[in-house]
Amino acid sequence: MPLIELKHVVGGYGGAPILNGVNIAIEKSDIGVIVGPNGAGKSTTLKAIFGLLKVTGGTIDFGGENIANSLPDKLVPKGLSFVPQEKNVFTSMSVEENLEMGAFTRTDDFSSTMEWVYEMFPVLREKRRQPAGELSGGQRQMVAMGRALMSKPTLLMLDEPSAGLSPRYVIEIFETIQRVNKEGVGILMVEQNARQALAFASKGFVLASGQNRFTGTGAELIADPEVAKSFLGAEP
Amino acid sequence: MTELIFFTNQVVISGLVLGCIYALGAIGITLVFGILRFAHFAHSELMTGGAFIAFLLASLFAAWGIVTPIPTGFVVLPIAMVLAAILALGIDKGFYAPLRKRGAKPVTLLIASIGVTLMIQGLIRLFFGAGSYSFFETEPKEVFRMDMTSIGSTRPLVITEPQVLMILVTLVSVLALHFFLTRSRLGKAMRAMADNADLAQVSGINTALVVRVTWIIAGALGCMAGTMLALDVTLKPDLAFNIILPIFAAAIVGGLGQAYGAIAGGLLIGFAETLAVFNWTMLLRPLNAILPDWMQLPPTLALVPTEYKLTVAFVILVVTLLVRPTGIFKGASS
Amino acid sequence: MIQRSLTLFGGLFVLILLMGWVMGAPFTSSRLVEAAAYALIALGLNIQWGYGGLFNFGIMGFLMVGGAAVTFISYPVNPVFWGSEGPAMLGRALLAFAGGALIVLAARKADRIGITGKWKAALTVLAWFVAYVLYRSQLDPAAAYIESAAGGGWVGGLGGHPILGWVFGGILAAGIAYVVGKICLGLRTDYLAIATIGISEIIRALIKNMDWLTRGTLTVSPIPWPTPLPQDFQAGGMNIATSLLAARAGYLLLALVVLGVVLWLISRAYAGPWGRMMRAIRDNHIAATSMGKNVTARQLEIFVFGSVLMGIGGAMLVSFVQIFDPSSYQPINHTFLIWVMVIVGGAGNNWGALFGAVLLWLIWVVSEPLSKAVFEFVSTWSTQFGWGAIPEIEARSAQMRVFVLGLVITIALRFAPKGLIPEVVKRES
Ligand SMILES: Nc1ncnc2c1ncn2[C@@H]1O[C@H](COP(=O)(O)OP(=O)(O)OP(=O)(O)O)[C@@H](O)[C@H]1O
Ligand SMILES: [Mg+2]
Repeated sequence: MPLIELKHVVGGYGGAPILNGVNIAIEKSDIGVIVGPNGAGKSTTLKAIFGLLKVTGGTIDFGGENIANSLPDKLVPKGLSFVPQEKNVFTSMSVEENLEMGAFTRTDDFSSTMEWVYEMFPVLREKRRQPAGELSGGQRQMVAMGRALMSKPTLLMLDEPSAGLSPRYVIEIFETIQRVNKEGVGILMVEQNARQALAFASKGFVLASGQNRFTGTGAELIADPEVAKSFLGAEP
Repeated sequence: MTELIFFTNQVVISGLVLGCIYALGAIGITLVFGILRFAHFAHSELMTGGAFIAFLLASLFAAWGIVTPIPTGFVVLPIAMVLAAILALGIDKGFYAPLRKRGAKPVTLLIASIGVTLMIQGLIRLFFGAGSYSFFETEPKEVFRMDMTSIGSTRPLVITEPQVLMILVTLVSVLALHFFLTRSRLGKAMRAMADNADLAQVSGINTALVVRVTWIIAGALGCMAGTMLALDVTLKPDLAFNIILPIFAAAIVGGLGQAYGAIAGGLLIGFAETLAVFNWTMLLRPLNAILPDWMQLPPTLALVPTEYKLTVAFVILVVTLLVRPTGIFKGASS
Repeated sequence: MIQRSLTLFGGLFVLILLMGWVMGAPFTSSRLVEAAAYALIALGLNIQWGYGGLFNFGIMGFLMVGGAAVTFISYPVNPVFWGSEGPAMLGRALLAFAGGALIVLAARKADRIGITGKWKAALTVLAWFVAYVLYRSQLDPAAAYIESAAGGGWVGGLGGHPILGWVFGGILAAGIAYVVGKICLGLRTDYLAIATIGISEIIRALIKNMDWLTRGTLTVSPIPWPTPLPQDFQAGGMNIATSLLAARAGYLLLALVVLGVVLWLISRAYAGPWGRMMRAIRDNHIAATSMGKNVTARQLEIFVFGSVLMGIGGAMLVSFVQIFDPSSYQPINHTFLIWVMVIVGGAGNNWGALFGAVLLWLIWVVSEPLSKAVFEFVSTWSTQFGWGAIPEIEARSAQMRVFVLGLVITIALRFAPKGLIPEVVKRES
């Protein structure tokens, strides 16, 4: 049974639906990458899973139940975490406090998880007393990911984690994502650096107009000439 | 020396007392703004209502013949604060929560809060009339007069017992609030939600709980401020309505959404008001001895006449909004 | 829509007739005159809030300005003041004011001579301080002199026609609105609300305490009417009751003419390109800006225009009651009440604002006698049960209307947020 499975999900922000039947299935060991043109509904898909907009059709199975329209404070304890694309840190709070907020739903001792996050992002340990708003873009992205990992999720969702980062940081973030995945966290992410991300993705989904256009392994999608032509741009 | 003691009595003590009251009121306004993003006008009624609750409790105590070593108003304060917190929760549930659920704009909530102001004020006047009440009808208001002849002053340093307690209680509450906001899980969640409400929700923070805690703190501190104001002067139905603008001024000067800013803003406005109407001749009179005849100080030398005392706060408010709307502590930007 | 409005206005008419029957014609006619003035004020707010989305919570200030203006223009001349040193002293104060303004302006241009940053800020503060001291040094003695017997007590009026006073009220309100708008309209909504309340409180404090100019809490009366007074009719041999009615009918007619003209003007403007632009700005601030429309200038226009109506309305009220009493102005009665009128009536719709103004004014004035009647009823009832009578019924009923006002607005926001006669949304293509 997949970790999460979206079947024919339909939903939107109140007006006409933005998602018109999205299908996604991810295993615990997977890194799933959603690509597609601007406005395709990629971010909307992640928000729909996380209960941030109304799902009017289809099902979202996670951990054996339909979680469609559940709110984040119920989903986080179930093992779901989300890193939004923008404004994803509490700028006025210290790095450590940001991480603590990620563990808000936990009632147990989370110091070992924080240790784990600091090991993954050593620079955050150095800056743990500094307000997150004073960090660089790459470091902020780490804080955001660290915050999401603090709830010990089984599925981590990221919306364009590499957006606005310098190439060096892009590689670093992608490596971290793969490491997190190896530690047993399923990944579902949206990426604009499609070719780079599909290269390490075990599952790829091409979305357009709120529907799946192509689904396959990352390698398959890169190899598909039509995907390459319409969605991945020219060979680098 | 006499002049200096006079200055202390007139400015330092009065300014501090006023500043404490403003600060406590402004904290509630700033927290509500930080979490719910609207200017809550009815905060004045939480203060006045809280003061009337404390007054009723104190009257009950007096009726039961309970005599307390400190003014009864302070003894009943904790109970009154609990009741005021419940009142604040009830108001939110009855009037603001339904509007929020509908997705109403902050402006609508602001207008609703004015409606709530009118209702509570109407109710208070309905039950208590328009007159004023004193907490000290059945017990004396102790006044400490510290003899200052040892340092060469013919005037004593005067401070009342409620004023001493007021300053202490404010200090304790501010410290408690500080520890709550920086050490406790819920307090941090509150700061997180004020910083970025969407991300707080995404993090799994129970935002409904945070909203409730905000009202509890706002109600409790409002009650504290109102009761202390009533203890310092007298209790009347428009007790806090008259000073809600200086309190807003304090919150805005400190930066809306910033709890520490509200404290600083409260003290600033409190001192500004007392300093502005202070008659400087009283302090500088010794200079007359060395000044030539034609430069003698006039009998009154105040920045503004006393009747414009409250206006000082409005001027500071308007100037702040124009020069630096984010306040001195950089609150929510315009 | 039209039918709904007609029904509502019909209901209002029946209500007025009912009121005339129960409370008597003299009472009702007075309230109707006031309602007409409030309708004008509500139209002013409707322009600002309904059309422009501007949050003016300083209505009280504009009403006071209008009242002070009409007092100044229409009250008889005070010969003692004009024959004394007073005018000259005031002239010097005016010069000092101008001098102070020049100093402040000069400090603002300090960067021209290379003073910038912190130094310029310090210089600006210093300039304000010097200007303030300069002004006060001239004004304080002038004020003290005028307030003394030798100065005539206060400046008195100009003895002009009251309608000139109304016009002057509008002009003065416009001037103040221009300054306020110029400095405040950039603020976001809730800050604008707080800033305007602050400014109206400053205006109130000034008018209340500048005894030399306004007589402050000593109040000025009787202020003349623009139309014949009941006494004039009585002089013609009419009996008292009829003369009251006739005089008020005359005043009401004048007020209705003003109201009608204003309503016609606004409706025309709003239906035209100006109104279209206003709606575009209100509904989509950013898009309007990017379309190159000068949003701030348009908003300033709207703010000034709305305030003019408030100034005129405030002047009409003062003329009618014949007394200018600065301490009778309260934010509840003179700012919040108007807001409730517009919101309950229907922001963005002139007929809505008009309806709301008349309805709320009637509710406002009858809730006192009504609650008194209720209290008295309950009181006799509770006395029979041996619980004793309700004490201080008079004072308590007077407060009921504040509660009623709060109740009406909260209910309206909850269940009819668009008002009873909502804005007719015209889709622009
Ligand atoms: N809060 C919202 N309310 C209404 N419509 C929205 C909202 N957010 C997004 N949309 C609309 O939903 C559609 C899909 O948006 P979405 O953000 O999911 O696109 P995306 O695939 O993530 O694109 P991008 O690559 O630009 O991030 C767009 O047409 C957008 O206008
Ligand atoms: Mg997106």
